[in-house]
Amino acid sequence: MMTYEQQYDVIVVGAGHAGCEAALAAARLGCATLLLTINLDAVALMSCNPAIGGLAKGHLVKEIDALGGEMARNIDATGIQFRILNTRKGPAVRASRAQADKQLYRLRMKRVLEHQANLHLKQGEVTALYLEGDVLRGVDTRSGIRFLGRTVVLTTGTFMRGLIHIGMTNYPGGRAGDLPSIGLSEQLGRLGFEIGRLKTGTPARLDNRTIDFARLEAQHGDDPPVPFSFSTTRITMQQVPCHIAYTNPRTHEIIRAGLDRSPLYAGVIEGVGPRYCPSIEDKVVRFPDKERHQTFIEPEGLETVEVYPSGMSTSLPIDVQIAFYRSIEGLERVEIMRPAYAIEYDYVNPIQLHASLETKLIHNLYHAGQINGPSGYEEAAGQGIMAGINAALRVKGLEPLVLGRGEAYIGVMIDDLVTLGTREPYRMFTSRAEFRLLLREDNADLRLREKGHAIGLVPERDYAGFLRKREMIVAEQQRIATTRLSMEPAERELLGVLGLGEIQKGTTLEQLLRRPEVTYAELAMFDDVSRETPSEVWEQVEIQVKYHGYIERQLEQVERSGKLEVVRLPHDIDYASINGLTGEVREKLSRNRPDTLGQASRIPGITPAAISVLAIALKANAWKRHEG
Amino acid sequence: MYVRDTIAAVSTPPGNGGIGIVRVSGAQAAAIADTIFKPVNSGGLISHRFYFGAIRDPRTGETVDEAMAVLMRAPRSYTREDVLELHCHGGMLVLERVLALALACGVRLAEPGEFTRRAFLNGRIDLVQAEAVMDIIGARTEAALRLAQRQRAGALSQKISEARGFLLTALALVEAFIDFPEDDLGETDTASISCNVQKARGIIGALLAGFDGGRILREGISVLIIGKPNAGKSSLLNRLLNENRAIVTHIPGTTRDIIEESVNLGGLPVKLLDTAGIRHSDDMVELEGISRALEKIPQADLVLFVCDSSRPFEAEDRLILDALADSRVIVLLNKCDLPRLFDLPGVFDGMKQLKISASSGEGIEALKEAVRTTFLHETDLDSREFVAISRARHREALVTAETALERFSTGLATGLLLELLALDLRDALTAVGSVTGQTTSDDVLDVIFSSFCIGK
Repeated sequence: MMTYEQQYDVIVVGAGHAGCEAALAAARLGCATLLLTINLDAVALMSCNPAIGGLAKGHLVKEIDALGGEMARNIDATGIQFRILNTRKGPAVRASRAQADKQLYRLRMKRVLEHQANLHLKQGEVTALYLEGDVLRGVDTRSGIRFLGRTVVLTTGTFMRGLIHIGMTNYPGGRAGDLPSIGLSEQLGRLGFEIGRLKTGTPARLDNRTIDFARLEAQHGDDPPVPFSFSTTRITMQQVPCHIAYTNPRTHEIIRAGLDRSPLYAGVIEGVGPRYCPSIEDKVVRFPDKERHQTFIEPEGLETVEVYPSGMSTSLPIDVQIAFYRSIEGLERVEIMRPAYAIEYDYVNPIQLHASLETKLIHNLYHAGQINGPSGYEEAAGQGIMAGINAALRVKGLEPLVLGRGEAYIGVMIDDLVTLGTREPYRMFTSRAEFRLLLREDNADLRLREKGHAIGLVPERDYAGFLRKREMIVAEQQRIATTRLSMEPAERELLGVLGLGEIQKGTTLEQLLRRPEVTYAELAMFDDVSRETPSEVWEQVEIQVKYHGYIERQLEQVERSGKLEVVRLPHDIDYASINGLTGEVREKLSRNRPDTLGQASRIPGITPAAISVLAIALKANAWKRHEG
Repeated sequence: MYVRDTIAAVSTPPGNGGIGIVRVSGAQAAAIADTIFKPVNSGGLISHRFYFGAIRDPRTGETVDEAMAVLMRAPRSYTREDVLELHCHGGMLVLERVLALALACGVRLAEPGEFTRRAFLNGRIDLVQAEAVMDIIGARTEAALRLAQRQRAGALSQKISEARGFLLTALALVEAFIDFPEDDLGETDTASISCNVQKARGIIGALLAGFDGGRILREGISVLIIGKPNAGKSSLLNRLLNENRAIVTHIPGTTRDIIEESVNLGGLPVKLLDTAGIRHSDDMVELEGISRALEKIPQADLVLFVCDSSRPFEAEDRLILDALADSRVIVLLNKCDLPRLFDLPGVFDGMKQLKISASSGEGIEALKEAVRTTFLHETDLDSREFVAISRARHREALVTAETALERFSTGLATGLLLELLALDLRDALTAVGSVTGQTTSDDVLDVIFSSFCIGK
């Protein structure tokens, strides 16, 4: 084994969506960083759907952007259809979604990595962590090079012991066309990590020249397209539509007839699949009464004929795939370019992580992305940036950055994972956030820019723009709170037209805006200044005024729950020695080893009474140490 | 020391003592005193001094009790926070009402042992004491846990779980339309959402209505014996006591001129309040006894109006009768073994009447049965359906849930945004969860995935 001459601060293993953000964050924070990948042509590759965002995922992307990450800028530069979902269900559940040109997305991210100072991008399969005793020193690769590093971030995706299934045929692979990672998960198991098996799948890629789009319903993006990044001003890519098609009873018949050759139903696949993204055979079996299932035909890029039929993932054999895709109206002559497949892979139980994403077993080792259970590019990137930040902060000897559940979806996700663990691929949903109204896409910068800047990840130029926006919001809030209606005849008439004839003289613009039927746009009818307010400013003002009561209520809840979050549980705490805990509670705490009292309170079966006893035991123990 | 919210609880043991204390600890303690306690001599409370005054409901101005109050400013208090103690009359009903006033001001009901815990966390008690405290709290917690488990196994938890199930379904319906806008789920099914919420509200409403029944089982009912001098009140009291050996306590009123006796009437704990202990030769004093008894009327769950049927209906009888307009009353025509001189047809129309003879015992069994059935019937104690929410905590949780659901229903009717509707439903579920165990986001997702075909 040859030892490479340079010693790194941070080594990131895997260059998917988690690895890219981790490596960029560490390098941008000034750490000598190495990013290793099995295949340099597959950096930031979208292995499944060619899209970024969606409910809760769009939120994650904006948070990554606010912290100083790359994902939002990357999709803004390579997106070919942008839409805002849920525009009429409430301010916090609006979400951005975009189709990507898959190849451009990958190439742009690769270019950003290549030009990043402090960052080396290299091809190599990591087969083992290099440890001296129990001290992590670096990684070993299959090609016989040992890289030394002070910290290591593992982002192995679907690659650890990856096994691809197409019908009853299966073979090892990290993704169709790529080698799996062999050796690493065995070593992790020997080191005491709990290794589990998950499964996911992807649909076939189809040739769009063999689809009759005239018979499908087109779905266009928003015009103008709204970018993800707080720093992007305009989307310049050409925009294209998606198309909607439907399965029919004959499709379902074909699928049912092929179930005996489905590895899922024949029991060949042991990994647990995602319930939110079931294969088409799962949908047909579980919802036999549903007469049709919808699929969006999504373009994979501007320069390719390949398209992605969403919701049609399967592990059925290729002959069944051909038959069922061709049973769909508009797809009668369709040619499959790449078959659909399922993939099983190893993951590590995330309750073995601290909230910083550092493992509890090996100091300076961090896990991010699918290795922790989640599927999804955005979930991976959100963990990636946090793991990169925290590895860098470790190198600098600083305290880790941990985001709270009332602060960011990233915080909710990581807390869910490290506190509760997961037995199926984890996906972010807005319903997982108990403080949802506070965690909006529109205020991701207000929530996180400050933190991103404080650690040094947000560039000064972006930060200055943010400060300007924040000042304008405060100024506008004050202005409308103190500006009163004059009630001159013209104004009175306007009010009458709006059905607000009963409004009294002396009413402020804020009071007017608080009424459910009045929007900020209507304020502009009374008031010249309102007409000049930039949209990102008045949007904040409008939300703050209209949902004031609800927002205050949630803030109170955050504050109440926050009291437990600041109480840390020592790592050497002996739960068996604490009087007053039940056996069940002792066992759960000993197994999960939560970092804080707040985390402990969220473990199912840990009662408020047990938390009280713990709080007291902590105090008593601290006292003992102090006196001893 | 980190900032804590303000807590309140009845700090004297349950049951009826001469005095009961409601304790409030935390930053809001002084404000609570200002809001609900009016000292006889006006002006603010000086720390560590006792004040006599009235506890008033700030909304209605009604006097709930006369009490002594003491405010102990931090750090010279048991918890080292500002502590307010309200020394009230001993009845649980009074104490509950005083506590309810404090809770209505926005303070939280204390956990078991929480005052002691704060005393410890604030460094008020030392290590040796602390370890003892830990044992005590551990024991209390486990006792509470056992109680909780018993209730969990019982009908209460079944009912609450049912309500939780409806709320969970409603929330899942809402969340599905929020989180899966591209999944071809059709239109938001408001009818089904509303129907589930209504079912949950029905259960919660019934549980809340049953709360008083639960309190009756736990704390008993208070029965006031009232009547003019020599109507036979003390004979009746003795008759009721002598034949029941299950006397729990005997606490003669010290300054309050009311005698309280506890007795078990066929499984129903009853607290008898009687003015018969006052035996003065001076008629004026006896009359004062009557007026004190009249003041007690609103606090009694039941009034036994003892009339001497061998004497005519007199002004004193009229005085009492007028005071009983809003009460649950059984009229006892005592001395039925003597010739009847008591005839004012129509006066007692619509009231339950019984002929008894306290001296011979005639009609006493019928009286006991009447007392029992008054309450057993009204709260369905015997029915399997009856569910006792015996603890103020449960009630508090269900009231919170009901408030949130009220907001939800109004919101649904006025077309409030789906997201805000979800917020109210979630608040209701969280409140209910403090009784049954928390609802996790995975519970919601489970319902979504089993009800809808998700997977774009």
